[in-house]
Amino acid sequence: MKVQNKNRQWTLNIFMMFVASVFILPFVLLIISSLTDEVAVVQYGYSFFPKEFSLDAYSYLWDQRGQILHAYGITILVTVVGTVLGLTMTAMLAYPLSRKDMPLRNVLGFLVFFTIIFNGGLVPTYLVYTNLLDLKNTIWAQIIPYLLMNGFNVLLMRTFFTTTIPDSIIESARIDGAGEIRIFRSLVLPLSLPILATIGLLMATMYWNNWFNQMLFITDPGLYTIQNLLNRIMTDIQFLQNSDLASDASAAADLPSTTVRMAIAVIGILPILITYPFFTKYFRKGIAVGAVKG
Amino acid sequence: MAKIIATRETKHVEINMKQPLKLRLSKKKRFVPLFLLMFPGLLYLSINNYIPMFGLFIAFKDINFAQGIWGSDWVGFRNFEYLFSTRDAWVITRNTILYNSAFIVFTMVAALALAILLNEVKNKLLARFYQSVVLLPYLISMVIISYLVFAVFSTRTGLMNQTILPLLGLDQVSWYTEAMHWPWILTSVKVWNDVGFFTVILFAAVIGISNEYYEAAKLDGATKWQQIRYITLPSIAPVIVMLVLIGIGKIFYSDFGLFYVVPMDSGPLYSTTNVIDTYVFRGLMQLGDISMSAAAGFYQSIVGFVLVVISNWLVRRKNKENALF
Repeated sequence: MKVQNKNRQWTLNIFMMFVASVFILPFVLLIISSLTDEVAVVQYGYSFFPKEFSLDAYSYLWDQRGQILHAYGITILVTVVGTVLGLTMTAMLAYPLSRKDMPLRNVLGFLVFFTIIFNGGLVPTYLVYTNLLDLKNTIWAQIIPYLLMNGFNVLLMRTFFTTTIPDSIIESARIDGAGEIRIFRSLVLPLSLPILATIGLLMATMYWNNWFNQMLFITDPGLYTIQNLLNRIMTDIQFLQNSDLASDASAAADLPSTTVRMAIAVIGILPILITYPFFTKYFRKGIAVGAVKG
Repeated sequence: MAKIIATRETKHVEINMKQPLKLRLSKKKRFVPLFLLMFPGLLYLSINNYIPMFGLFIAFKDINFAQGIWGSDWVGFRNFEYLFSTRDAWVITRNTILYNSAFIVFTMVAALALAILLNEVKNKLLARFYQSVVLLPYLISMVIISYLVFAVFSTRTGLMNQTILPLLGLDQVSWYTEAMHWPWILTSVKVWNDVGFFTVILFAAVIGISNEYYEAAKLDGATKWQQIRYITLPSIAPVIVMLVLIGIGKIFYSDFGLFYVVPMDSGPLYSTTNVIDTYVFRGLMQLGDISMSAAAGFYQSIVGFVLVVISNWLVRRKNKENALF
């Protein structure tokens, strides 16, 4: 019986390893391709077992580092500012909605909720940001549209506040003479670190991965994020050379285009691959929390 | 008699009106800071969400930038008449609904299988490792995923054309110009991308099942398969139903990146890659056909809304707690 169980675990784990490889191998192919010699790729294609390794793609990108580092800087700026602002705004809106004695609580709660199930769609939203607010080609065009997006995170956080922060604590703080803002800042927020971390992490990922708003609002290469750079290069490998920010235009002649494509994708994905093992627990938790409501 | 009652009542009302009014005011004062806290968020939602909702009216205008949005002529339903007289309207609706249906079915089946298998893995460390690996693609942007797809399907240098097809003795395929291959490519990519997300949710439901049921079933001599069939599946059925209904509620919306970046916006593929979201985007950003784009967007918003309400109504009938509203 025991031996049988052991065998069963072995088969199961071998099968699961096979499944896991389906999810890992594409990334491995990407990384190996970026390290392959250009001539070998042109002749034999991207492969797990390249005929010849080479760092040409990376040295080419190193020559073009000006633009890549710049794009990285923009990405980090957008991610940090967006996450901090978005998280603050979410908490500030969610907390009063969680208070049972809050006047107009239901009406306002509904207004927040309605944004989840109905929206104006792309065209009116685009016109609001370009015509009304005139944010085209500004850094804000990449930050503002994703701050709350809709009320989903607000309602998630409201649920957390109502279920984990007892009214009695708030009441006793008030009797001790603390104002509402003070209660929120030094009592409610510290008690809510788990949900703040979870939502913050999901927001940061969303900002880091965002390229859609870039496609809509940004035409100035000086404001490109790393994702948008990748997006442009996908359709036009020449983009790196043509752009004004390319540091060395003369390198254009011998561009190892098939491997550079992969190398720049590796550079774009590396931060996520490196930090992912540390955050995976929070992602899993965050998804399980969010799943309860949608 | 009646008079007395009447006067009494008015007195009563007067007293009731006066005192609480003062009280209410002082009470409301207390909430001023809380309203201030909410102000940025509410202002944001009104700009980012509510103004565009009212902006849906532009679908009934012939947008002309020379005259401005307000100055453009009202044309009634003419934009819609144009839209639905084209073949596009049919193609994008069909593609959107068929793809989303396929995504829901295949992702759910795969995630269910993985969640049940994960539950059988005794080694906790390995189980966590599998979960993390399966979830990884979900956190990667579609742009990066388009590179992964390109590495496999590139006509000149892809793994498929250079390694796999020759191994099988098959001819090379020009993947990015032949539309017929993309239904299964996009479905595979989407399932690969999303299955981890649903596995995590379903796995949480599976480990929530009390061990007593399995112990009792084992005593009665139930096989593993019978345990899955009669304990696991019925226990997590509500979660599955909920996830499917939520998916149906979103069936009119698609993952823009999947249909735009992954096929590299390739024109010959439009018949199997164009969905409502990409159609609206192209109309707005590439063709400058804002009126048509707005009409398609209006169509999506309204039908999408109706579907959400219907699916929620169905969830509610099953289980009130799981309903979104």
